Amino acid sequence: MLVVGASVGGLTTAESLRRRGFTGRLTLLDAEPRQPYDRPPLSKQVLAGVWPPERVPLRQPETLSALDAEFLLGDPAAGLDVAERTVHTVGGRVLTADVVVVATGLRPRTLPGQAGLAGVHVLRTLDDAMALRADLLRCARLVVVGDGVLGAEIAASARGMGVEVTMVGPQPAPLTSRFGPLVAGVLAELHTERGVDLRPGAAVTGLTERHGRVTGVCLEGGEVLPADVVVVALGGEPVTDWLAHSGLDVDDGLICDSRCRAAEGIYAVGDVARWHHEALGVAVRWENRTNAVEQAVAVAGDILGDDQPYTPVSYFWTDQFDARIHVHGETSPTAEVSIVEGDVAERRFVAAHRRDGGVIGVVGWNMPKQARLRRRELVGASVLVGGKS
Amino acid sequence: MKVTVDQDRCVASGQCVTAAMAVFDQRDEDGVVVLLDPNPSAELAEDVRNAAALCPVMAIMVEE
Repeated sequence: MLVVGASVGGLTTAESLRRRGFTGRLTLLDAEPRQPYDRPPLSKQVLAGVWPPERVPLRQPETLSALDAEFLLGDPAAGLDVAERTVHTVGGRVLTADVVVVATGLRPRTLPGQAGLAGVHVLRTLDDAMALRADLLRCARLVVVGDGVLGAEIAASARGMGVEVTMVGPQPAPLTSRFGPLVAGVLAELHTERGVDLRPGAAVTGLTERHGRVTGVCLEGGEVLPADVVVVALGGEPVTDWLAHSGLDVDDGLICDSRCRAAEGIYAVGDVARWHHEALGVAVRWENRTNAVEQAVAVAGDILGDDQPYTPVSYFWTDQFDARIHVHGETSPTAEVSIVEGDVAERRFVAAHRRDGGVIGVVGWNMPKQARLRRRELVGASVLVGGKS
Repeated sequence: MKVTVDQDRCVASGQCVTAAMAVFDQRDEDGVVVLLDPNPSAELAEDVRNAAALCPVMAIMVEE
């Protein structure tokens, strides 16, 4: 078995295969030279300096040794021969396996003119997080370009470090596309109270620089937001360029069937996988840690003969300031949203997203247990894995 | 099987409760994990291993 990508999705696939009794050869290949580590803390505890970087490895060295797998790190995959199930690497390796699992994740989007400019960051890897933290420790003004989960978490962590923060993005409030206007409005209030200067509904047109270091972010209309440091958090693109000549169907992710299979003996797991979700009746690609793990467990099962469709309930959480927000199911900016538990004024509530009268998703704000319990109310809960509980 | 949980690490995802309801619960006020049964019986073992695997912050330790 060859797993391409040794982050949480790839590692969990390998571990699940062993847990389910697979005793054959197991190889994990990754572009990064590090042992597998966890990404959610990077924009939170690691950036804020609450955790040292030594705390992010996913497993202790002895646990990795016990896995009895070969880790080939620091060598990106360069190509895949589907018929032969052979992966070629940038370092010249040729790896052939009975099954290849693609778990290559995402690459952050960047702004034109960003490359090579000092003070401009993305946040995907541990090195990214450490470099950003080092810059924030000696800067006064940060501009976060992007108003999604990652941008909002970075803004919150940086404010906690005492940095002046401006967050700019196209939405009317951060995360509106995920939370809908009501809950996103509460989030905007929270950020504003804590001193983040929000620039909603703004389009970024470029960066200004002096002597190779960023000095500001240009907005449509001509305004320039001054900045010592800029973080570009505009989401990511699935890492599929190495599959370009494979003949596999790639369209914003590696296209897979309901078993997360792209071809005979080729599977995909995590951020890179676009699979047919049978219960929802559409192809989806989910960028969150929980899906990476659940999908890895499902793919390992399918490799070993389970033959079950992968039909999870989407779930992610985000921590920003004192808010711990949990999102179960499908949320939509156009859904009908109502508070079903708690009180928005107390910043402790559960909001239900409904479409055609049925609950499609729930957002819990500092009410994790109460939000989870409402998973059973989701439309189609009985056919969604984990929907019943 | 012996189970321990790290309440400081827990992010209240509730994934463990979904996987093994007889062994894990969440506090009502903040959703942090509560261990109901530190020595689950053999028939719960696979659910508990699954719960440990699904925990997004690796806050569940299982000793076989």
